[in-house]
Amino acid sequence: MPKDGDIKSGIGASSKRREDVRFLTGNGNYTDDINIRGQAYVFFLRSDVAHGTLNSVDTSAASAMPGVVQIFTGADFEAVGGIPCGWEVTDKHGQPMQEPKHPVLAHGKVRHVGEPIAAVVADSLEQARDAAEAIEVDISELPAVINMKDAFKEGATKVHDDLTSNLCYDWGFVEENKGAVEEAFKNAHHVTTLDLVNNRLVANPMEPRVAIGDYARSDEQHTLYTTSQNPHVIRLLMGAFVLGIPEHKLRVVAPDVGGGFGTKIFHYQEEAFCTFAAKACNRPVKWTSSRSEAFMSDAHGRDHVTTIQLALDKDNNFTALRTDTLANMGAYLSTFASSVPTWLHGTLMAGNYKTPLIYVNVKAMFTNTVPVDAYRGAGRPEATYQIERVIDMAARELGADPVALRRQNYVTEFPYATPVAVEYDTGDYHSTMDKLEEIGDFSGFEARRKESEAKGKWRGLGINNYIEACGIAPSNLVGQLGARAGLYDAATVRVNATGSISVMVGAHSHGQGHETAFPQVVADMIGIDESQIDIVHGDTSKIPFGMGTYGSRSLAVCGSAMVRATEKIIAKAKKIAAHLLEASDTDIELKDGMFSVAGTDKSVAWGDVTLAAYVPHNYPLEDIEPGLEETAFYDPSNFTYPAGAYACEVEVDPDTGKVTIERFAAADDFGNVINPMIVSGQVHGGIAQGVGQALLEGCSYDQESGQLLTGSYMDYAMPRADDLPFYSVDHSCQTPCTHNPLGVKGCGEAGAIGSPPSVVNAVIDALHSGGKKVAHIDMPLTPDRVWNAINNA
Amino acid sequence: MYNFEFEKPSSIADAVAALGGDEAQALGGGQTLIPTLKQRLASRTTLISLSNIPEMQGICTGDDGALCIGGATTHGAVASGAGAYPGLAALAGHIGDPAVRNRGTIGGSLANNDPSACYPAAALASGATLVTNTREIASDDYFLGMFETALEEGEIITEVRFPIPEVSHYEKFVQPASRFALVGVMVAKFADGVRVAITGASEEGVFRWTEVEAALSANFSPDALDGLTLDADNMIGDLHGSKEYRAHLCGVIAKRAVVKAA
Ligand SMILES: Cc1cc2nc3c(=O)[nH]c(=O)nc-3n(C[C@H](O)[C@H](O)[C@H](O)COP(=O)(O)OP(=O)(O)OC[C@H]3O[C@@H](n4cnc5c(N)ncnc54)[C@H](O)[C@@H]3O)c2cc1C
Repeated sequence: MPKDGDIKSGIGASSKRREDVRFLTGNGNYTDDINIRGQAYVFFLRSDVAHGTLNSVDTSAASAMPGVVQIFTGADFEAVGGIPCGWEVTDKHGQPMQEPKHPVLAHGKVRHVGEPIAAVVADSLEQARDAAEAIEVDISELPAVINMKDAFKEGATKVHDDLTSNLCYDWGFVEENKGAVEEAFKNAHHVTTLDLVNNRLVANPMEPRVAIGDYARSDEQHTLYTTSQNPHVIRLLMGAFVLGIPEHKLRVVAPDVGGGFGTKIFHYQEEAFCTFAAKACNRPVKWTSSRSEAFMSDAHGRDHVTTIQLALDKDNNFTALRTDTLANMGAYLSTFASSVPTWLHGTLMAGNYKTPLIYVNVKAMFTNTVPVDAYRGAGRPEATYQIERVIDMAARELGADPVALRRQNYVTEFPYATPVAVEYDTGDYHSTMDKLEEIGDFSGFEARRKESEAKGKWRGLGINNYIEACGIAPSNLVGQLGARAGLYDAATVRVNATGSISVMVGAHSHGQGHETAFPQVVADMIGIDESQIDIVHGDTSKIPFGMGTYGSRSLAVCGSAMVRATEKIIAKAKKIAAHLLEASDTDIELKDGMFSVAGTDKSVAWGDVTLAAYVPHNYPLEDIEPGLEETAFYDPSNFTYPAGAYACEVEVDPDTGKVTIERFAAADDFGNVINPMIVSGQVHGGIAQGVGQALLEGCSYDQESGQLLTGSYMDYAMPRADDLPFYSVDHSCQTPCTHNPLGVKGCGEAGAIGSPPSVVNAVIDALHSGGKKVAHIDMPLTPDRVWNAINNA
Repeated sequence: MYNFEFEKPSSIADAVAALGGDEAQALGGGQTLIPTLKQRLASRTTLISLSNIPEMQGICTGDDGALCIGGATTHGAVASGAGAYPGLAALAGHIGDPAVRNRGTIGGSLANNDPSACYPAAALASGATLVTNTREIASDDYFLGMFETALEEGEIITEVRFPIPEVSHYEKFVQPASRFALVGVMVAKFADGVRVAITGASEEGVFRWTEVEAALSANFSPDALDGLTLDADNMIGDLHGSKEYRAHLCGVIAKRAVVKAA
């Protein structure tokens, strides 16, 4: 296997990220950089109470304020569809989930702090804000439902009066296995039980959300510029379900986007509002979220409360696993909210282990909080955290070595059909663990533990495995599971006359480096320089109908479509070359950008062939069309299953409870790697977010009033560079995906999925080495929480 | 932010006169005031910037040996220019981030008296004197509680005079999100005794821990703190730390400050 850096171009090269030139020199074109002549600004008046009856919204005084163009309230949107949910989950009784209407502007009731009540469009943002202060809102406050356990209680206040309860669904998976799982627990030699919370997070992309609606009367054309990870999905959801605009009259542009992390997948009210208002006001309408608004209007992540149990036999084999989760949906169902605790979580509960029997129950609850949806990893971090924490706890209870206990239970034969409905195509969990033991220097740990002890610190080592599922597919299967969209992707390869190439892709790059990595693949296939290829993304008027970027799917799904389209290009180009070389196309070989006739010295360059395609003077016009442009849609036959092993070493200061991460190692199997540098970068960032979740971040609501307590960076702790160590990351263990043409698996979420359990396992280990028999601490492991745990042990 | 008038006088006298106007307020580095204005949590007709007044800038040594810092001197300038009082320079160098330190001022910080701010601990532990346009206020009389000070409406801090201790150290245990002090302890040892001031912990704002001062005056070593504790009742209890945790941290952080000062 070549080392990172050995390969200079094409697949496997650490080509520098070309997009960084514009990002680092301030030349990016973000949505907020777009200003359209004559644009007006909207300010959303948002609810400052968590739950209440909206008696009246009086805009008369406000409407007369300087600069006001128009003021909208919920009544203006009665004829308009609600914000749709993209996934219908069926509960354990075969009934569809409860799905409340999600209005563009609150109507009748407000259901969370931050819900928009009215929207003021004015000549300037300050005028809009002034006018918003003059709106008289009369709300009768109702008791707020914040805690999921309270929400579930008989007779609890209902978030939605027209639903039977606060329960969105009660999902059992796999329901038929439930009895057998119970039986296995009865017969178990040992059962480990763990209650845990997967803490609620705010995604906090560096760029807050922005939307600009524009409308051209002349041709009835709507344009929405928005900070989205998937412009075609927004066009479909908003056009078809909310505003009733046909696709050919609606263009959605997502230019440079400054980080998404899942929270920019979803279709939001503000997008629908700006699109609607641009036509109503006959002016472009722009909204730029403030950071404060982002905290109370971007979909949050995680927020699961779980009991997990692991059953083992007398030889420490895992015999069964069961888990009960309350999953917070917030006040409304965001676009993919319902799928996260179910299909993206339950199907991963086998982890890397051959546990034969698994049962997952999830009760999704409505509460008076911001909607919760996918956040980097989406469901898979929640699954991994449970599995890897309960295994660690079991190892401690049984006095087993945590590495050996895991190894003993690994899946080793592939393909492997799990008891939770998915089939792992390939993997080699021992080899990533071997690699981890090496790069994590496990053998040196005891010496380091002693060094820490000498300084009065407690050192701990925590490890875990993870597996995730990327590129969720195939479409017909996910359709059966309730998805209201296809999950293929698409690419158009347009070869220009002189041989340069534009690739229009459905994937969207918002930090992932597609503009660099995608051309590497095409360059490699044709044998030309990467600089000859550009990708085009983020504009529905330019790109084919692809589904965008989330779930680490871009290369595995859209990259595969690009490969297929390039294969079509090469096949056609070979025919043209055959004509030029007066040979049969089956004898034509393509290497390093030259077509040659096998066994001869006759050849023609890529550029001559492409020129012939567009200047078809000497060309087989009777057999093939001129031009060189191909599109492919790719619908994968299965998910991909990246997996790996992570290790974290911490020091705990027993006097203050402060945790510092001393070392972090990650051994990942991403299958084939196109650009190792970019992959390392993705892992670095993912680990930073995972460490953030484990040690720092936690979104908190006042349990009585429903006020957001962590509404700014004064109280919501983001990870900073000095919270993190230098990482050792490795992705040399590669078992290529068996079912996509690139053999790639996806790497975008691994770091965030794989890191929280090892951090928590390490802290628990450290406390034990200090003689404190603490079984568990819920994330984030703040100094206060760790100190309390030490004191109560 | 609401619209406001902006004035940038070049003398203390002009600033004081301007502050006599209706709804006028002093603007230091704006690191606290501007965010509150932007969020529309406050509004003022006129802001009087103190950043262009030479008399309020810079660091010098007074006749009595005290370090005199102009009220509009930035944290960054103190970090690099208060070498005569290393404990104070180090404190200033760890306030916020470079952007905050390049704008935020000592006068603004002391006028604001945030219960988690760093400078109040230094002023109180040093027995500093706050010089205003009308009088001199001893630090022991200046801090009146969270965000409350002895300043009158329109009164500005023009200079702060710090007696320089023999040894000192400010130890800050940060609140993880804001990185203000969850508990910050300034220890200053003078020829005639030790002063210890704690920020971040109490619901009454910065305070002196007199038992510890007495113990350290007798024996300037961390052991002197053994057995001395603070009552958790008056401590701040919030998302980032319970009352008990803060009370406990005061002891731990005070000991560390002593170790590093010695
Ligand atoms: C990101 C960030 C991190 C921070 N971290 C810390 C930290 O770790 N520790 C810490 O201590 N502080 C921290 N701060 C606060 C910072 O130190 C501020 O600079 C300081 O609190 C206020 O000083 P200012 O000069 O900016 O005052 P301004 O914001 O301009 O004014 C604050 C108040 O003081 C009044 N005022 C200003 N100057 C005077 C004067 N000379 N006389 C009388 N009244 C005056 C104003 O009228 C106003 O009421 C942080 C701030 C930010 C934004």
